[in-house]
Amino acid sequence: MSTIDDLVTRAENLAERKKLSVTTISRKLLNDGKGLARLKAGGQCTLKTLEAALEKLKELETAARQADPAKIASVKNGRGRTSHQTPHMTHLKRLEAESIHIMREVAAEAEKPVMLYSVGKDSAVMLHLALKAFYPSKPPFPVMHVDTTWKFREMIAFRDDWINKLGLDLIVYINEEGARQNVGPFTHGSQIHTDMMKTQALKQALDKYKFDVAFGGARRDEEKSRAKERIFSFRSEQHRWDPKNQRPELWDIYNANIQKGESIRVFPLSNWTELDIWQYIYKENIPIVPLYFAKERPVVTRDGTMIMVDDERLPLKPGEKPEMKRVRFRTLGCYPLTGAIESSASTLPEIIQEMLLTKSSERQGRMIDHDQSASMEKKKQEGYF
Amino acid sequence: MSHKSDLIEEDILAYLQAHEDKSYLRFITCGSVDDGKSTLIGRLLYDSKLIYEDQLSALESDSKKQGTQGEKIDFALLVDGLAAEREQGITIDVAYRFFSTDRRKFIVADTPGHEQYTRNMATGASTADVAIILIDARKGVLTQTRRHSFIVSLLGIKHVIVAINKMDLVDYAQSVFENIEADYREFAKQLAFENILCIPMSALEGDNITNKSHLTDWYQGPALLPYLESVDVSSDLSDKPFRMPVQWVNRPNLDFRGFSGTIAGGVIQPGDDIVVLPSATRSSVSRIVTYDGDLEEAGPNQAVTLTLADEIDISRGDVICAARAPAEQTDQFAAHLLWMHDDALLPGRQYLLKTANRTVPATVTGLKHKINVNTLVKESGKTLELNEIGVCNLSTTQPIVFDPYNDNRKTGGFILIDKRTNTTIGAGMIDFSLRRAQNVHWQHIEIDKAARARQKHQKPCMLWFTGLSGSGKSTVANLVEKRLHDMGRHTYSLDGDNIRHGLNKDLGFTDADRVENIRRVGETAKLMVDAGMVVLVSFISPFASERRLARSLVEENEFLEVYISTPLEICEQRDVKGLYAKARRGEIKNFTGIDSEYEAPEKAEIELDTSTMTAAEAAEEIVHYLEASGYLEG
Repeated sequence: MSTIDDLVTRAENLAERKKLSVTTISRKLLNDGKGLARLKAGGQCTLKTLEAALEKLKELETAARQADPAKIASVKNGRGRTSHQTPHMTHLKRLEAESIHIMREVAAEAEKPVMLYSVGKDSAVMLHLALKAFYPSKPPFPVMHVDTTWKFREMIAFRDDWINKLGLDLIVYINEEGARQNVGPFTHGSQIHTDMMKTQALKQALDKYKFDVAFGGARRDEEKSRAKERIFSFRSEQHRWDPKNQRPELWDIYNANIQKGESIRVFPLSNWTELDIWQYIYKENIPIVPLYFAKERPVVTRDGTMIMVDDERLPLKPGEKPEMKRVRFRTLGCYPLTGAIESSASTLPEIIQEMLLTKSSERQGRMIDHDQSASMEKKKQEGYF
Repeated sequence: MSHKSDLIEEDILAYLQAHEDKSYLRFITCGSVDDGKSTLIGRLLYDSKLIYEDQLSALESDSKKQGTQGEKIDFALLVDGLAAEREQGITIDVAYRFFSTDRRKFIVADTPGHEQYTRNMATGASTADVAIILIDARKGVLTQTRRHSFIVSLLGIKHVIVAINKMDLVDYAQSVFENIEADYREFAKQLAFENILCIPMSALEGDNITNKSHLTDWYQGPALLPYLESVDVSSDLSDKPFRMPVQWVNRPNLDFRGFSGTIAGGVIQPGDDIVVLPSATRSSVSRIVTYDGDLEEAGPNQAVTLTLADEIDISRGDVICAARAPAEQTDQFAAHLLWMHDDALLPGRQYLLKTANRTVPATVTGLKHKINVNTLVKESGKTLELNEIGVCNLSTTQPIVFDPYNDNRKTGGFILIDKRTNTTIGAGMIDFSLRRAQNVHWQHIEIDKAARARQKHQKPCMLWFTGLSGSGKSTVANLVEKRLHDMGRHTYSLDGDNIRHGLNKDLGFTDADRVENIRRVGETAKLMVDAGMVVLVSFISPFASERRLARSLVEENEFLEVYISTPLEICEQRDVKGLYAKARRGEIKNFTGIDSEYEAPEKAEIELDTSTMTAAEAAEEIVHYLEASGYLEG
């Protein structure tokens, strides 16, 4: 078979596969809609033209192969070209697209963005969305975990394994001053611990690396004060949030202009609910820390809250003995501050089922919210995420 | 969070499957606290069973402490958020609430109704597809009703539900409802709503919220929630021409160059022709790339990455449009502008204008008039204060790509940013360009002379053979062309005699006609050079000025004057066509060299005398010259 015959045959195959006319392919290969027809009819072309056409053909074939029909996600239901019906977008697809849009805006406008990664389920979804937003590129920013040094060991193991598998840059930041002073919830109380190892640590990390935009996984449905939070949330040079001085956000046009030193927290999951998050994890098969699934774990019960004995730093009170209970966590934080729930839910559908049938909201397991209901707002003004 | 679905307990997988296909609707509620707006939203959340028991018990205790409903649950407390406003008992910002039913997920923008917060309502309306406007049945259509309606209409909402609330306080009287409905519809004639539904309801008692109420059996329409579940807003954007503002250029390696963005209108498939604005470069879509595989089609609101068939320069700020219906571009336009800041608008001051993906400096060049949001009356003014709306002319330092806001909210809206403080101070909706001429899209010629030349592996040029009749121009030119053709070059000969039989057969031999003759030949040859050809023109072309004209038509180095300087005597001796004889006999007038002058070139690139060499040698010399000067390299 001559090279020209080969070119013509392959071009015709490609046209067939891509449902394009041969003249379109011809135009792409030879810059001439009738070129292929002429070659097929015995026409000649220079070697250079032929080489260029073969090169271009190879590119198109590769592209066509990557568009593996098995992976084609669009719903085909015999809709004609002219009917122009919107491809039906489910609520999860809409939420996904909105989050991707937000992430791309940041990537395009920020000087030095970072994604805050807490290892929890919301972070898992946020990271997954980042992979989607920039595909086939990798997310153009590092992932940063502010480690309070009191996280569950399984969280740290999962973090290192997963981020490494994804081949992303991971920054782990620890408030060294706090670590030197051995700040912890048992010795210093949960408030000081959270402030030093989380709030202050985050501010230090942002200052140290001069990140101007930080993605966070907060959702508006989590807590009342968050319902009014903007997607782009502005922080002063001192990282303070001023609820009265937030920019109006119209359409999906985000004003990301800031002065030097100021920063923006961006919440791509703003419009997701807890149920959306779980449904998405289930649908997309996103890996999450095993702590979310029920398993026999050693726990002690204090003030009606089950605390997992994750390491030897948990001081046992006299007479207190860890019991093995089948428990799981609805939300993950520092292990001494995160209450477990008794559960047999060991699969995602079971977790979702349990959540839908349960009678209390997810933040109930978080001791940080337990004071008066406006406390989160106060924490935010102080710089807590 | 007990969704009322037996499936949750019996078959969670089936439940998940069903809920995966839920659609999505964003709506805004407008009204003041007094209208029962928060109560309505609280009721929707409560009735869709999205309140946990811990939240509910907090609500019950809050209701007793701060509530306004005595022993009953005060639903309004569910949705009021910030500490400051809870103390004041009013909502002071936009809050977003979420609830879902088996069919849809809803995002509610909860905005206050007070006059000073027009900007918050506009913010909430900008992302909503449906507006619920609350009217207190005891009060009817009020000033604030008109204001709310005008703002949501201005922001482009087409579907409006008029919730005529507190029907319990007017004994569910049909006449009250009908009067208010008639008033509202009369008023709304001046607004651009496509679809108005009036519902009699009591948010407090739950009448016509999730189910039809038996207390209003005279009402024929749907209850609120079933209507929200079914109202179709999806076709609004997909019927528009394709638009994708490029957000981010996706370039993981040298082999992939994609353009990422969210589709702002229309539907796209691989193979579709597109035009990129503002450059007006044309191409076609080759792939619609996503993490989950390539798509065969993508539509509004989808976030995708497009690759194109051609390698063209595209960056953030460009808009990829359907080739058959591109967006407009302009640097001067009229727009409705809503002012959102305490510092008033200053016409003439430079602000930053941000569209979907582009930020450019902009100035309000004139305020045509303000619009009183309460009466919708046009008022004159020199400036816009916080929460005022006006019609303005704006000018940008660089053209922006847009569609009129009425045609497409995503490509027709913009915000204004203060350059010093970076605050968002205004929101605009583009009405039309003030420069009609710029709306014409020129045909961008993407295959240019260089591209054609590359394809032919040669440098296009015009070989202009000049000399007396019989000097051997055509003979030599023919030989040159033959040689070039044998070498695989693309050539064409324009010969004086041939042209005079066709294109120039209307021309005689007067000086004027000779000039026109050469002009036409020059232009024709220019087109051929543009097509990438090596053009051989053989014309006596006796006048230096016309040869200069021809030379000026093409670029430098593209014009090669070949002077065949065979002396007159030799030409006359040869007299191949017997013309000299005729001229000498006076049978031909204006014959060059006899009774018409020949201006010999002074600086011809090539000069050859066929009385001293053969035509073949002359041709060889020309080919050699072309080779040596690089004309035959691709």
